[in-house]
Amino acid sequence: MAAQNEPLILETTTAPPTPLREFWSYFSDNPGAVGGLVVLFVIVLLAIFADVISPHSPIATHDDAFLKPPFWEEGGTLTYPLGTDAIGRDMLSRIIHGTRYSLLIGSIVVLISLTLGVVIGLTAGFFQGVVGILIMRLMDVILTIPGLLLAIVIVAILGPGLTNAMISVAIVYLPYFVRITRAAVIGELAKDYVTASRVNGASTPRLMFMTVLPNCLAPLIVQATLSFSAGIIDAAALGFLGLGAQPPTPEWGTMLADSREFVLRAWWVVTLPGLAILITVLAGNLMGDGLRDALDPRLKR
Amino acid sequence: MLRFIFTRLILIIPTFIGITLLTFLLVHAVPGDPLEILAGERGLSAARHALLLHAYGLDRPLYLQYLIYMGHVLRGDLGLSLITHAPIIDEFRQLFPATVELSLSAMLFAVVLGLPAGIIAAVKRNSVFDHGVMGVSLTGYSMPIFWWGLLLIILFSNTLGWTPVSGRIAAEYDIEPVTGFLLIDSALSGDQSAFRSALSHLILPMIALGTIPLAVIARMTRSSMLEVLGEDYIRTARAKGLSPFFVVGVHALRNALIPVITVIGLYVGSLFAGAILTETIFSWPGVGHWLVEGINRRDYPVLQGGVLLIGSVIMVVNLSVDLLYGLINPRIRHRR
Repeated sequence: MAAQNEPLILETTTAPPTPLREFWSYFSDNPGAVGGLVVLFVIVLLAIFADVISPHSPIATHDDAFLKPPFWEEGGTLTYPLGTDAIGRDMLSRIIHGTRYSLLIGSIVVLISLTLGVVIGLTAGFFQGVVGILIMRLMDVILTIPGLLLAIVIVAILGPGLTNAMISVAIVYLPYFVRITRAAVIGELAKDYVTASRVNGASTPRLMFMTVLPNCLAPLIVQATLSFSAGIIDAAALGFLGLGAQPPTPEWGTMLADSREFVLRAWWVVTLPGLAILITVLAGNLMGDGLRDALDPRLKR
Repeated sequence: MLRFIFTRLILIIPTFIGITLLTFLLVHAVPGDPLEILAGERGLSAARHALLLHAYGLDRPLYLQYLIYMGHVLRGDLGLSLITHAPIIDEFRQLFPATVELSLSAMLFAVVLGLPAGIIAAVKRNSVFDHGVMGVSLTGYSMPIFWWGLLLIILFSNTLGWTPVSGRIAAEYDIEPVTGFLLIDSALSGDQSAFRSALSHLILPMIALGTIPLAVIARMTRSSMLEVLGEDYIRTARAKGLSPFFVVGVHALRNALIPVITVIGLYVGSLFAGAILTETIFSWPGVGHWLVEGINRRDYPVLQGGVLLIGSVIMVVNLSVDLLYGLINPRIRHRR
């Protein structure tokens, strides 16, 4: 029996690794990427259990504690481990609850621009005539205007608020997804498997979404991760300018805007929300870089 | 070469039309009647409303209104600010040098630090220095610059007391504008303390705005340099006994710089966007600050004109980068 098993074992060891396993072996070789993944995982946990972990309500004000410093500073107490803001709200609770907004903002921005970008990009790739040219010219115009400026303009039209801020940031990132999808589609269209599918009578929507799209996913995943980070920063910037989430929402950018006037008196109300943004965005970027290295076949071996 | 320049120039036209369409629609998409916004709280009688509607041409079909708007734009007439009643183009012209001064200094800061950091990191690959540069640049790239600006204020203005918190120059100096760049103008005026004041006002916003380009340039230089250092002609240069400094500084750098220059050019656009936040934090009197004020005061002509002008400037900058790129890299020029 043992002799019979031997060739079988040999066979499994020489078989090529599945794409997922191969991807993971590249990804896990990159300590930064794994670190980013772990940090993001912790942030997701914080967001899910925000109500349980937070010592106080994020919007409750405490009349006896205005601008209390963190516990390690003179005058700080463990009741408010990271201090309180100008109207006596617990900083730690607000920052923990802020994870919900940042994750939500990043995800929704990516969801909108990825979905729209893929559909528009596929269209531009499949119909390369007038439609394709018009689409790409429009995307060029969007790219000409710096992202934040465009986001500001769109929010100015739609009106300030978290929803409109997310929509405007999503529009800003749209051209990147459109370009990537279109470039990938044009690259794939010339290949034999597409021709074969076409000859077999596949309809255009089927060709677009079922045949070609799955082969264009790698660059889109990378772009989605990087846009997740950038979206968090840009939405926070809008919040900072008073155009995004409105007070008393514990969104980190809005918290920074609220506390700007105390920058010279109470460093913690300014430093901590920004640090939270930096950590989240850095984790996202580290993971995005790792994904790119693991998914980009040009860099392999 | 002429053909290359010509096609690039032609391509700019649809982009410009797109920008004007966007800014035109901007005002028309804003909820509410533009005339009521113009009139403010005084309100309008129905007869006066109809009169104004006709006077501003708002009763004509949309495409005609657009053509009229386009005509005004091409003649340089961008309308008046609702608040100051000054022509938009004049306000922009007055404030723009401050933004350019800030953006150029930020870019200079980024290039001066980023290029050497990237080159050394590439040459000493996997050294402590390399890891340090990569770590710092990834952090810089992830930095929310509005927060970074506030941190700089806490550290340098508040704790150390080295630099002022806002503005371009202390109020007591009255510098004759020659170039519009206060740093140069104050140096030209011969007043050393004025120059020092201008410099100390510039330094924090410059660092805040220059951090992201610095991170990008350092990373880009490093990876571009690494790629070039692996090429055969570098091995040849080394083999024929050239000094390492000569090989890296002349042979490798010349080719490694091409993608870096493109990135620098493309980042000029982002700098204007970054300037919106930086100018707001440091109360820097440039177009970014002006634009944010325009939004807060619902001064739509300022928003419309400002976006159009900034968009056009960036369009021209991108075109110049494109042409420059074609000049230094023949492969691009001859590609169809």
